[in-house]
Amino acid sequence: MILRKEKASEVLDLFRRMWLIRAFEEKASVLYAERQIAGLLHLSIGQEAIAVGACSLLHQDDYVFGGHRSHGHAIATGADINKLMAELAGRATGYCGGNGGSMHIVAKETGFITASGIVGGTIPLALGAAFAAKERKKGQLAVVFFGDGAGQAGAFHESLNIASLWQLPVIFVCENNGYAEFTPLSAHTKIERLAQHAKTYAIVASTVDGNDLFAVRAAMARAIKNCRNDKGPAFVECLTHRLRGHYEGDPAKYRELSQLATWKKQDPIARVERTLRKKKLATSQKLKAVEAQARALVEKAADFALSSPWPSPEAVDHAVYAEAK
Amino acid sequence: MREIAYYEAKFEALDEIMAADERVHLINGTFLSLSPHRHVFQNLKEKYGERMIAPPISELGFCGLATGAAMAGLRPIVDLSTGSFIYEAWPQVANEAANAFSMSGGQTRVPVVFHLFHGLRGGGAAQHSGSPQAMLWNCPGLEIAIPSSPRDVKGLLKSAVASDNPTIFVDHTRLLDIRGEVPENDKPIPLGVAEIKRSGRDVTVVATSYTVQVALRAAATVAQQGIEIEVVDPRTLVPFDLPTILQSVEKTHRVVIADETHQSCGVAAEIAARIAESGFDKLKAPIRRVSTLDVPVSYSPPLEAHIGPSEGRIIDAVKATLA
Repeated sequence: MILRKEKASEVLDLFRRMWLIRAFEEKASVLYAERQIAGLLHLSIGQEAIAVGACSLLHQDDYVFGGHRSHGHAIATGADINKLMAELAGRATGYCGGNGGSMHIVAKETGFITASGIVGGTIPLALGAAFAAKERKKGQLAVVFFGDGAGQAGAFHESLNIASLWQLPVIFVCENNGYAEFTPLSAHTKIERLAQHAKTYAIVASTVDGNDLFAVRAAMARAIKNCRNDKGPAFVECLTHRLRGHYEGDPAKYRELSQLATWKKQDPIARVERTLRKKKLATSQKLKAVEAQARALVEKAADFALSSPWPSPEAVDHAVYAEAK
Repeated sequence: MREIAYYEAKFEALDEIMAADERVHLINGTFLSLSPHRHVFQNLKEKYGERMIAPPISELGFCGLATGAAMAGLRPIVDLSTGSFIYEAWPQVANEAANAFSMSGGQTRVPVVFHLFHGLRGGGAAQHSGSPQAMLWNCPGLEIAIPSSPRDVKGLLKSAVASDNPTIFVDHTRLLDIRGEVPENDKPIPLGVAEIKRSGRDVTVVATSYTVQVALRAAATVAQQGIEIEVVDPRTLVPFDLPTILQSVEKTHRVVIADETHQSCGVAAEIAARIAESGFDKLKAPIRRVSTLDVPVSYSPPLEAHIGPSEGRIIDAVKATLA
């Protein structure tokens, strides 16, 4: 753990953001069990250090892309949790007016350009944003989050090659949580570390402990420097574990219980908390208050969502094609 | 009025579009296919070389890149060259670009143009003769422009680039050498406006792309036998100008639809359904389709000629509606 560069107040902010994601997703899980949320719900509980670590170093005009497990990424960019919860609940007040749902979050106002329900689907899109950024020459960059499952998709390989070839300012953030849906990585590929692919395509790469907020931040800081200085793309592989199933309701029988217990000890939020305590940067009371505040905010978000109106059927007619501005 | 070749009109459009808007980039560069006139494209390279990019053979990657660049404010024109190659990019075109505006509740605009050459080209066989526009018409969120004349290719390309929606620009290599009137400083042709390419009182032939030219030849042939065909070109499939077609049917009461997509769930099938739903009372004979037969496109010239919407098949269908 490194605490040299971060100030106590800054770490506390990051800790708060991680708790907001955790509390949001735990509440979403409850609402899903109550059938207030439709479709499939993929939670990132246990992976919060990556979203917060990566996004906390970005500028307002950078571009962030996610995937099917992206509530955390959106919140890490500063997305409004009321509008986010309303989107999960399919309400008119949601970010996408109820057209997207959990897997297709877009929060353009905070630079969260789009998620996609297709594994690897946003990787080429992020190249495009990076292409636009390079054209503008204002030092913007694009970040795309994806899991280890995307590493076997064609879009991933085409994108790495093009990003390298054209030296695009894009950071590939691989959340290697060990499972592609229901299957361990070893059943899908002989490549143990996804960062190996980046090296094949001559992209600067690192593999870090994805449950260590400070390690993620340090790796991202290096990657960002690379991009901002027009030195081309970077790849950051974050080793982590999702503490829930692939989707809510997944019995997850493919996973050893002992393995889960090991990873629970590595809970990224608990680790930041331990650091803050050890360094005496926050009192127990203050740390407890962070959790309580996050839970209160998501309760309010849930109330907002569930009391919001459903979209009107007429809305679909206007939502397919953009009128000229 | 000035008469120029189709390829010249298309080149003019690209030149004027690139000059007018620095956000426009050309990704891949076979907008004139492998035609002997492709050298004119070199002139563009000299003027706008920095905005013309030659990607690796990674359709999925570069169509996604163009989509993402459009999301971030550029207006790319992507050339897929042979129409069938868009299948390599299907996830990005059909599942990302097409859905983005709707799925984001209107937050995300995707002003990208996917350009391709569809159809029977002479020896293209099954994998280089695809007409993916029917499948793409089944993806709400995409616009589809499909020109058939020099004036249309210029005017529609300008509107496709100006549109804030992802637009498929469906071209045909057999059109590149035809000549037609294109006024200097012509205005863009709005998407969703059909054009009567030839007036006639007896049978309406709705045709698209190169098949418009085939239908015009068929019309000239049967005119000598006293049959007057009205050739209607929708010019865009999305948006689709049904009123103009229905007005023609009101006059002729007979319809043939001629198009190079395969027959089942093809472009002609959808147009026939729309006419039947809204204009059944105007019809005096069943609607006839002249599409590419439901077989993978054959390589051998006589086989290719046999399965396509030829002049002979159009004339047979026209006469069948009059029988």
